[in-house]
Amino acid sequence: MTPTPRALRILEIVSFLLFVAAVWMVFFYAPLEAVMGAVQKVFYFHVANAWVGMLGFIAAGVSGIAYLRTHDFKWDIIEVAAVEISLVFFFIAIVTGSIWAYPVWNTWWTWDPRLTTAAILELIYMAYMLLRQGIEDPERRARFGAVYALIGSLSVPLTFMSIRLFRTIHPVVVGGANAAAQGGFDMTPKMLQSMLFAIAVFSVIFVTLFWHRIRIGFLAQTVEQLKLKLSQ
Amino acid sequence: MNKAITRRSSSGLGSFLRAVGAIAWKDLAAELRSRELLSAMLVFALLVILIFNFALELDVKARASVTSGVLWVTFAFAGTLGLNRSMAVEKDRGCLDGLLLAPVDRSAIYFGKVISNLVFMLIVEAIVLPVYSILYNTNLISLGLIGVVLLGSIGYVGVGTLLSSMAVQTRTRDVLLPILLFPVIVPVLVAAVKASSGFLQALPMDEILPWLNLLVVYDIIFIAVAFMVFDYVVEE
Amino acid sequence: MIEVKKLIKRFGLKTVLRGLDFHVEPGEFVALLGPNGAGKTTFLRILASLSRPSLGQVSIAGHALPAQAAEVRRTLGVVSHLPLLYGDLTAEENLHFYGRMYDLQNLDSRVTDVLHMVGLEHRRRDLVRTFSRGMQQRLAIGRAVLHDPEVMLFDEPYTGLDQDASAMLDDVLRNVAARGRTVVMTSHDLARAEELGSRFDVLSRGAIAASCTQKELSASNLLTFYKQALAA
Repeated sequence: MTPTPRALRILEIVSFLLFVAAVWMVFFYAPLEAVMGAVQKVFYFHVANAWVGMLGFIAAGVSGIAYLRTHDFKWDIIEVAAVEISLVFFFIAIVTGSIWAYPVWNTWWTWDPRLTTAAILELIYMAYMLLRQGIEDPERRARFGAVYALIGSLSVPLTFMSIRLFRTIHPVVVGGANAAAQGGFDMTPKMLQSMLFAIAVFSVIFVTLFWHRIRIGFLAQTVEQLKLKLSQ
Repeated sequence: MNKAITRRSSSGLGSFLRAVGAIAWKDLAAELRSRELLSAMLVFALLVILIFNFALELDVKARASVTSGVLWVTFAFAGTLGLNRSMAVEKDRGCLDGLLLAPVDRSAIYFGKVISNLVFMLIVEAIVLPVYSILYNTNLISLGLIGVVLLGSIGYVGVGTLLSSMAVQTRTRDVLLPILLFPVIVPVLVAAVKASSGFLQALPMDEILPWLNLLVVYDIIFIAVAFMVFDYVVEE
Repeated sequence: MIEVKKLIKRFGLKTVLRGLDFHVEPGEFVALLGPNGAGKTTFLRILASLSRPSLGQVSIAGHALPAQAAEVRRTLGVVSHLPLLYGDLTAEENLHFYGRMYDLQNLDSRVTDVLHMVGLEHRRRDLVRTFSRGMQQRLAIGRAVLHDPEVMLFDEPYTGLDQDASAMLDDVLRNVAARGRTVVMTSHDLARAEELGSRFDVLSRGAIAASCTQKELSASNLLTFYKQALAA
């Protein structure tokens, strides 16, 4: 059993401290939004979560391609780690989005391009998990997973484009003012700073979690190897 | 015994196209005889329309806005049925191995299956459209709509053939195909629905054109990628 | 004719073939024996170019796998325990289809010849779906020799056949498929293997455990040789 690397331990502590700092910034540094009030605070974490989901999504597509080129199992482990993180963080982004949307637009859900695309991405990654579950042979599981991750990472931007075009041709006004419906409000410099800081912090958290999850993947592989040795 | 066995010495492209043609011909000939796949797709498509009729109360007003959606949902559902069946035939008696043993590029197998799947889908659509027109006493059929149906089906079958050859090699098989296919085919379906309803509502061409362009782009992107990764799906 | 050096095949973490060396002279009929899970089918699938080697060299008729797979496929005829035929096509149409896949000329006369050789001329216009298991297997042999391959691979060709059908298949295998060709056959059935083979290789735990020719065998019988090989 390899102990947790020193750098990862340090990263954990740094992530925690940065997270505390981000929370402080959101609540005490960024000013209260005039129209929406306190609920607007969720926006900073909403954006940061979506950002992490996005990083995971890109990492999954890239490791899919890398696996197909090299047939090296490490890419499969990295791909699964990326998909799982993306799945969780996009889910949080959707939930925080709803929390934000309800008091502001009077609805939990709007068929906004970003929100809809995030939901479809969730479905693609759930399908990805189901696909992997249905295959016994690990080599084939990795191969099919990589192909599907690749197709998914191609389809999602196209989905986003389509829905955006869909909405521009037929604008749907949700709730009250149109600007608010599009999620627009005037950001003060302090708000912008808080948002960028939250994004940076969550990127560090992403790296920490990604590293952990990849490590777990490799450890699970070692366990499988040992089990196999015992059974022979 | 060897006197009659000679191979053609023609170019690679010629033999590639002959292999594509042979695969598509084989599927069509078998289907022409059994009609299992087409009749299943067709009956299913008509049932879906029937259910929509009750679910949506398809009166004149509702029809104008939802017809294209109803049609594409019907095509998509019936399509998975056909795709599943067409791939299961290859897997069940080991025929996929038979195809892989032939000295042809793997993409010939992909394109051959795409062509036969596309033909099945178009046949079903060619029957559903007039039936729908008769049932609701409207005329759906126009050159524009036929073009959209063709473009949408190409994209759908292009991705569907790839994913069904994956699904058929898993434990969960038939159940898996719609789950894999529907979320990734959303862009094609959105564009196809919007373009179809544009033609059905006789909107000006400059409102339909962006969707048609998108459909063409999606078809090209999806088929190019499916063509590139098909090797990985069939070869161990 | 067939040259395999240090072949390793892994499925994920499981190693099925461990440094297998194998050599076949032109005209030899090698019966590959071994218990379930020894890797017979995996090995044959690699020879048939259906599965890629993880490591090691494989070449057939001077063409390396997997780099020159297309050339190898032209020289190979494969009969497996599945018929590889389409039930909704007639015997004739099945052969025509495969003939086109191999890009053969004068297909009509070749198909007639082959149907005659496997004794199915009278059923040429019947659907394969209506054939008995034994007839399907004979047609499968016809399909495999259609392009007159130099090397034949038989993977458990007797699976699911009764006594009569097996005896009939013996004939076709020997007189049509094996005549003048290099053959590798996997089998559970020692009696059948002894009858057909000119050399016997025992595959155990992913490598060739023992090998002997028909002549060397004449002192003892195949069963004792097989048992000794596995016990070693």
